[in-house]
Amino acid sequence: MAEESGGGKGYLAERGWRSWAYTMDHKRIGVMYLYTTIAFFFIGGVFALLLRLELLSPQAKYFGNHTYNVFFTLHGAMMIFLFIIPAIPSGLGNFFIPLHIGARDVAFPRINLASYWVFVAGFLVVIGSLVSPMDTGWTFYTPYSAKTGAAVATLSFGIFLIGMSSILTGLNFIVTIHKLRAPGMTWHRLPLFIWGMYATSIIQVVATPVVGVTFLLLAMERLLGVAFFDPAKGGDPVLFQHFFWFYSHPVVYVMILPAMGIISEVIPVFSRKPIFGYKAIAYSSLAIAFLGFLVWGHHMFTSAMSPLANTIFSFMTFFVAVPTAVKVFNWIATLYKGSITFESPMLYALTFIFLFAVGGLTGPFLGALATDVQLHDTYFVVAHFHYTMMGGTVMGFFAGLHYWFPKMTGKMLNERIARVAWALVFIGFNVTFFTMFIAGVRGMPRRYAEYLPRFHVENVISTVGSAILAVGIVVMFWNFIQGLRKGLPAPGNPWRALSLEWQTPSLPITENFLEIPVVTDWPYGYGKPKGPDA
Amino acid sequence: MGKVFSFGAASDHAARVDAVFLMILVIGVFFFFLTQGLLVYFAVKYRRRRPDRDNETPQITGNHVLEIFWVLIPSIVVVAIFYYGWRVYTDQRIPAAGATEVHVNARQWLYEIKYPDGRTAINEIRVPAGKPVKFILSASDVIHGFYLPDFRVKMDMIPGRVTTLWVQPDRPGSYQIFCTVYCGTGHSNMLARLIVMPQGEYAEWVEHGGREGGEREPLAVRGERILTGAGCLNCHAVDGKEKIGPNLRGLYGSKVPLEGGTIVTGDEEYLRESIVDPGAKVVKGFPNVMPTYKTTLSDEDIEAMVAYMKTLK
Repeated sequence: MAEESGGGKGYLAERGWRSWAYTMDHKRIGVMYLYTTIAFFFIGGVFALLLRLELLSPQAKYFGNHTYNVFFTLHGAMMIFLFIIPAIPSGLGNFFIPLHIGARDVAFPRINLASYWVFVAGFLVVIGSLVSPMDTGWTFYTPYSAKTGAAVATLSFGIFLIGMSSILTGLNFIVTIHKLRAPGMTWHRLPLFIWGMYATSIIQVVATPVVGVTFLLLAMERLLGVAFFDPAKGGDPVLFQHFFWFYSHPVVYVMILPAMGIISEVIPVFSRKPIFGYKAIAYSSLAIAFLGFLVWGHHMFTSAMSPLANTIFSFMTFFVAVPTAVKVFNWIATLYKGSITFESPMLYALTFIFLFAVGGLTGPFLGALATDVQLHDTYFVVAHFHYTMMGGTVMGFFAGLHYWFPKMTGKMLNERIARVAWALVFIGFNVTFFTMFIAGVRGMPRRYAEYLPRFHVENVISTVGSAILAVGIVVMFWNFIQGLRKGLPAPGNPWRALSLEWQTPSLPITENFLEIPVVTDWPYGYGKPKGPDA
Repeated sequence: MGKVFSFGAASDHAARVDAVFLMILVIGVFFFFLTQGLLVYFAVKYRRRRPDRDNETPQITGNHVLEIFWVLIPSIVVVAIFYYGWRVYTDQRIPAAGATEVHVNARQWLYEIKYPDGRTAINEIRVPAGKPVKFILSASDVIHGFYLPDFRVKMDMIPGRVTTLWVQPDRPGSYQIFCTVYCGTGHSNMLARLIVMPQGEYAEWVEHGGREGGEREPLAVRGERILTGAGCLNCHAVDGKEKIGPNLRGLYGSKVPLEGGTIVTGDEEYLRESIVDPGAKVVKGFPNVMPTYKTTLSDEDIEAMVAYMKTLK
């Protein structure tokens, strides 16, 4: 494989909008997904900053309560459906799954392109719903969502389309991973990113149709008056919550498992050590995907389910903690006796472990029945899921962006600026969200446009933190833009990694490999061979 | 030990919840410092010093004993946490006998309070200290929440059904009530207070104050009037005999055997449901011939009928 073509044209050689709009190259589709999802990350982030601005004072000051409710709904809906769910799977996953397994493309390139355009149709409909913007929260709880004057049916149709795109992508990846592995790439030689993506794809295919149908029922209720959820006509509003969380709980694993996969790639490379407990990490992804389907009720401990159902859901919930803890232990054990360097991908990977540990260890407060009844729907929950989703998934995404930036763009990043951005993100994140745990324990309910003066201090600190965090993210993306424009040409394998994508030139060529590689070993053979008994 | 750790807990139950919270906190902090301490320690100790000796790191790929160990330890810890969380929760779900009952109905964006003797109020609940209080919760439009942070409890208020929550306020005082289920523009302004009064003061208030409601027909009396007027007694006896339908005396709180073998508890929600949807839970031996009263009786009427049936002991 040609090392010398570093910084060459590779897959970006063709120019013009047609070369993007009609492309069937998984790398280009991945890049289009990345640009799109990152754009929504910024829009969702602006909504978050507006929320923090309003919360500087206990009384509504800059805009009214309804506007606040619209902003938190759009922040949640955009971050979840247009950024976190698609960013890693459809963006980085599209780009790197075929490269990782030694394939020329995904199994169904046309479906892959279709999934992107269905996604575009979806977000256009979502934007169309802004004529009468949503104020229901990203959870769409009935009967409120059935009664409000906002464009609920339009937004849910947009998310229906986005879900369809998600199903197409998941299906494509499952088939790709089963059928297109290079000769010698056995299941136990797969990079752990692929295991994470595989588990995620299964959840996408199995769970997404449920939320699609749920939104159809909601639209029928609003447009045709069929009362599935309206108690006045014999419906059940809590049924909606069951349907919604049957999808939306497993989907948090759609968000986190690929990020965990990225961490499992980055840690060994920068520790120069084989990953510790490969099989445990691989199978724990599948265990999490499976157990994730059995715990949705823990979002509804105060929704008048029977105490017995609550008990069962609480018990099951705790068992998701075990495979998750195993992964954390394995990553830390990988560091033991390594030769560790701290380039930006590694900084974000270690930050993932740190923040995710906080998110993970605050989970039992919400899984245990007595404390959940206290903390449910308070800022404690907001803090908890931001530590897992932003401290976890988004940090994993940042680790992946920094790690694969040379491969995707053919350019190197300015490492010093990347570290400054990291420090700002780390400090800003903790100041913003740790404070929310305290507000939550002190009883502040979530989704409050106005709050009692006793919570003022926490909210001011949190808003200051969000400003630091925002500056960090702007610096990071400014660095990406500078890297794209005038970064030094990247060599094929700047991190001296062993997985297949790094054995291609940066940029990789269309169809990835001149000759399909024959795999003879797993991708984590760093360090000194053990000796005769190895 | 509950009292030692009470952070402004307003009841024994709240102190027990705080104890569970503290237990999880101690376990969490321990595991946080264990794992992150190791992370930082390894990161510092094994930082790269000699780039040329990169390839001499030991090729450790796993350790079965260690891995089994760190599957078992978290498994045991989480079962322990589950158990204590469940115990404290379960004790809280079984209402204490002799509780003062207060009906709370939520609508956008206020709480309507109704006492069994017919008094009404808005956003302010008064109860005597030292006696258990049972809140009978309902909602008129969308789902609302009923959160008493000082008591560490909350319950959703759901249109079309009745939920319950009880607390035992020990200390007189004024306690915050928040709506916790997002309910629209006024969600964050939907606030109320629970005022716990010393028993003597409460008795005096019931005697002289608390007349803001005007109408003072006790709920159960009104219920009896409606039950008689709606023709219920044609099929249901209230004296313990069986007529076409099951007898109503002693029904509240009893175990009711249903067609198909299941047994349900005759609580407020069961009684309400049996009036609006008689076919939902058919009592064994009484084929369902009862029409629904969903459209003929208002929610308030049904609430009063249930209150009356509860007096038939």
